[in-house]
Amino acid sequence: MCLAVPAEVLTVNGDTAVVSLYGALREVNVTLVEGVSVGDYVLVHAGFALERWTAADVEEWKMIMEGNWPDVGDETAS
Amino acid sequence: MWETKPRPKRESSADLLAHIHQTAQAIGRAVQLMEVCGTHTVAAFRSGLRDLLPPSVSLISGPGCPVCVTPPSYIDAAIELSRRPGVTIATFGDLVRVPGTFSSLEQERAAGADVRVVYSPMDAVAIAREDPTRRVVFLGVGFETTAPGIALAVRSANGNMVDNFTVLSALKTMPAPMRVLAAGEEVKVDGFICPGHVSVVTGASAFSFLAEEFGIPCVVAGFEDIDLLRGIDMLLAQIAEGRSRMEIEYSRAVRWEGSRAAQSVIAEVFEPCDTEWRGLGVIPDSGLKLRPQFAEHNAASRFGVELTSRHTSVGCRCGDVLRGVLAPPECPLFDSRCTPATPMGPCMVSSEGSCAAFWRYGKRRRK
Repeated sequence: MCLAVPAEVLTVNGDTAVVSLYGALREVNVTLVEGVSVGDYVLVHAGFALERWTAADVEEWKMIMEGNWPDVGDETAS
Repeated sequence: MWETKPRPKRESSADLLAHIHQTAQAIGRAVQLMEVCGTHTVAAFRSGLRDLLPPSVSLISGPGCPVCVTPPSYIDAAIELSRRPGVTIATFGDLVRVPGTFSSLEQERAAGADVRVVYSPMDAVAIAREDPTRRVVFLGVGFETTAPGIALAVRSANGNMVDNFTVLSALKTMPAPMRVLAAGEEVKVDGFICPGHVSVVTGASAFSFLAEEFGIPCVVAGFEDIDLLRGIDMLLAQIAEGRSRMEIEYSRAVRWEGSRAAQSVIAEVFEPCDTEWRGLGVIPDSGLKLRPQFAEHNAASRFGVELTSRHTSVGCRCGDVLRGVLAPPECPLFDSRCTPATPMGPCMVSSEGSCAAFWRYGKRRRK
């Protein structure tokens, strides 16, 4: 039940924003995250943005989700 | 007891697993790690991770599935409300099939009750606003992750005079049951994989007492396979070195202090109360109830609902499963009378329940 997913902010209108999770669009409430702007990534749970992710957070998440995590023996692994 | 650490290294899963096996060997005894959160339980099963761990390292599930720890008395109260004229029940989908003493919301809906599944508490406010003739009761089940959204929904209904919107709160807070488990002698926990998204709101600091007072290593982990591997690796390292502190693996989302904005809106709308946990009984100050200034939106007081403790289904051992003292296949009902199609208890109903996870993903191991 505590599932939450990061999603990209596409538009902001007051306390609500339209976010995209791999193309699935959803209107969410952004009251809890100050100064949300287009292009930000926010962690969404049950229609509310709980937290903003930094560029480094998003990069790590994309590496995991898109299967680009270091392979065995890859020199970038450490 | 807590240090700011750089982002965990990007090691491959094979390297992490090899390291986990080495560390387990160095520890030289059996260790039990409790993954408290239901989402972790499912992630550990789905990934096949449980089968890859050394035999000396076992994962046990804790009381971190909100639907599972909600007592039958709450379901009974929701069912009773759904039978009243003009009442619409709005709920997260997980709760609909949970059996109460004699019925479920699913059965009540089939019998004509107006039970609607919503994605967000704000959807329930919208239902109430659009039809003032309905008395909309939102079933407020969840932990700190969900509480801020419900608080904002109450605040919105209050500010916009949507007085036909109420919440039947069974909201719970996680640190208290973890203290009960750590202090008890029923189950030996060598390390806690602390709840990830609860910690987004509370901050990792909310669980550091487990390391400081009880000497149990703690890691807040994320929910991807690699997160769990890193979390387990970090826990084993603490155990091997005889350390106990709170560490954050899920640094993408979790900070030491959590979300001040979320904590503040929870405190504005709710106050702590004693609440019953399935399997753990009543734990003081482990629940959230609406503050008196929001009494108009409190379903319990507006409808005169009393939550009284009742017995669960005969033979159902969900309570023992939630305390980590019984593995789901050890329950006599498991996979005989109790399956996801015919659940006898909430741990088999919820997709995050450990019985459902064992049933769905653990079959190979059972045979």
